[in-house]
Amino acid sequence: MVNLKIDNFDVDVPAGTSILDAARTVQIDIPTLCKHPDVDPSAGCGICIVKVNGRIMRSCCTPVAEGMQIITSDPEIVNVRRTVLELILSNHPNECLNCIRSGHCELQDLTNTFGIRSSNLPSLNKKYEIDDSTHSIVLDPSKCIVCGRCVEVCQNQQNVWALSYLNRGLATKITAAGGIKLADSPCIKCGQCSAHCPTGAIVEYDETQKVWDMLADPELVTIVQIAPAVRVAIGEEFGYDFGENLTGKIYAALRRLGFNKIFDTNFGADLTIIEEATEFVRRFTKEPESLPMFTSCCPAWVDMLEKYHQDMIPNFSTCKSPQSMVGAMAKTYYAEKNAIDPAKIRVISVMPCTAKKWEIVRSEDMRSSGFQDVDVSITTRELARMIKQAGINFRALPEEKADNPLGEYSGAATIFGTTGGVMTAALRTAYFYITGEELENIDFKEIDGLEGVKEAEVDIKGIKVRIAVAHGAGNVETVLNRIREAKANGEELPYHFVEVMACRGGCVSGGGQPRVMMPGQPKPRGITDDIRKKRAQGLLNEDLQAKNRRSHHNESIKTLYKEYLGEPNGEKSHHLLHTHYEPRRKYSK
Amino acid sequence: MTEEVSLASQVASKWRKKRGSLIMALHEIQDVKGYVPWEDAVDIANGMNVPLARIYEVLTFYNFFKLDAPGKAVISVCTGTACYLKGNDKVLEEFKKQLGINEGESTSDRMFHLQVVRCVGCCGLAPVCVVNGKTYGRITPADVSKILEEWKNKLDEDKE
Repeated sequence: MVNLKIDNFDVDVPAGTSILDAARTVQIDIPTLCKHPDVDPSAGCGICIVKVNGRIMRSCCTPVAEGMQIITSDPEIVNVRRTVLELILSNHPNECLNCIRSGHCELQDLTNTFGIRSSNLPSLNKKYEIDDSTHSIVLDPSKCIVCGRCVEVCQNQQNVWALSYLNRGLATKITAAGGIKLADSPCIKCGQCSAHCPTGAIVEYDETQKVWDMLADPELVTIVQIAPAVRVAIGEEFGYDFGENLTGKIYAALRRLGFNKIFDTNFGADLTIIEEATEFVRRFTKEPESLPMFTSCCPAWVDMLEKYHQDMIPNFSTCKSPQSMVGAMAKTYYAEKNAIDPAKIRVISVMPCTAKKWEIVRSEDMRSSGFQDVDVSITTRELARMIKQAGINFRALPEEKADNPLGEYSGAATIFGTTGGVMTAALRTAYFYITGEELENIDFKEIDGLEGVKEAEVDIKGIKVRIAVAHGAGNVETVLNRIREAKANGEELPYHFVEVMACRGGCVSGGGQPRVMMPGQPKPRGITDDIRKKRAQGLLNEDLQAKNRRSHHNESIKTLYKEYLGEPNGEKSHHLLHTHYEPRRKYSK
Repeated sequence: MTEEVSLASQVASKWRKKRGSLIMALHEIQDVKGYVPWEDAVDIANGMNVPLARIYEVLTFYNFFKLDAPGKAVISVCTGTACYLKGNDKVLEEFKKQLGINEGESTSDRMFHLQVVRCVGCCGLAPVCVVNGKTYGRITPADVSKILEEWKNKLDEDKE
């Protein structure tokens, strides 16, 4: 332990702690801009300066030392911070009024905090072309302050290497390699860059107008579905605490927005489990050469596999994601049952994810109903904006129910939104399919939590099933390399079944989730492990309290198979609920 | 095309085992080709197992590396003290005007590259410019079109 003095408080912290973190233990919130808890300090911006034994230093990258005397704020420090901000603002457009991040922008917040109302510095800001080529995320280099968080996350945390620095000095710009468009780069659309960007430089591709247009057309039947992770995050946009589950209010808000039918992606999650557990049992018992099997719900992971890990394509579950399954069922089963012309149906999905916008057009398989199965995919942030635009008092809304038949779901479905959830749900049903009995202990503590790669062995009546759960795209390679090594050496496979989610913590921390300035939340305000855990807990609690916690007991699903699909993995299922994968080039230029 | 791929692949296999040798590999490409083409950067990325994004971070950080093919005729206009005082700034302006480019740029047909140098060591001839090693002394803006015409003809002949 190291003893030091911060603003006259005696502080006692472990060696290696930064001054920034040490100050937080005595309730001092040193302002930061480029530093984010998910990434190593880059010492880029200089906002977090403090006086260490009288010398001005950056607190984010300076570790504590025995006997340090630190002052975190005095008139001189405030002045330096103001100058740093003015310099950053001299290379930033003055467009807050029209900026999508207005009100939730870390730079705007600091500018207000330090009361910078005007500046004598001339503007050096250059207009760059906006890159919206992915139709998932939008990159506007003019608004970028080159803090480097997105690059650090894209290169090192996600191991995708789509984003990079171009040029140097004042001309530095964040782009894909050599200044090409993101759509031509290895970008997997996970949106973690936008989840970590402090300004409006990287944001979601806004498609709310498309949805308004559909809602305004009286000829159309509009069907909406919400993903599991949306329900425990959207509340942050309306002043609720992190992780509060607001499913009933969201249904009510969607109904008031004018959607004709309110369905739930969780229904699709239960359906996915029926198909995926059946597929796993088939591979495990009859086709061991096709093991391990990877989950396929995460579109960013699908994109990554097709670009980076083509040798693993045969190991990928052919199941579509819950979003796509609901889309396909809405335009076939639901349409037939209710004699609605599927050409008139529009399926809108609300997702925590920017890559879901890509998923709905990723291949011809996404038109299995004869139409595009999901027409528009909007993020949690976009739905919150629509609710606000419509003048709906969200907090005062009653709790309502989803519509039938694509609205019922089990506890197993709702945990799809957090790391380990898909695996847990699949094992509950796979156990039943293999043994004909119900699994007694249905929580798997080993695969819970934020460890990057989690492993466990599950005993299915004497048969050992080895599983792995990886989240944060950068952690996938560890798992894949273990598998490749075992295969190359002719050894027994380290795993039979692997769950992958591209975002750290899973969908609860997806690229489309709220990034709200909550009063009292420590800075920087954005996704952190603390928030990941709280949102995940919101989903885990719903599962714990659910009457039915197993996908195979979802009554609407049973009816669906009886009335329409026939057998899991049967011919109709294969056509509507499964897909295939093809190698994609990393660079398409 | 085949030749291009093989150069980058050769360079990549030469350097792939040596840590921190990306810059050396890129130098070799530029030494041969005068710049680093996209295709060669891709081959280096694959051959040395370095992300392409990182290669372009390096290529655009160092001014030395060129991403575009330089013009065939490189015009170096001297703006050293003697040449400058003798009015070479006006000659430079005339080159820019006639070629429609700025210093450090090449024409879109890749015929000419215009650059500024500080003294070529023959101040007695000031003001001077040098085109691919040939020195022109005591030039005026009026000479510019003559010089460009001469090199256009020469490059056309070379093509045939």
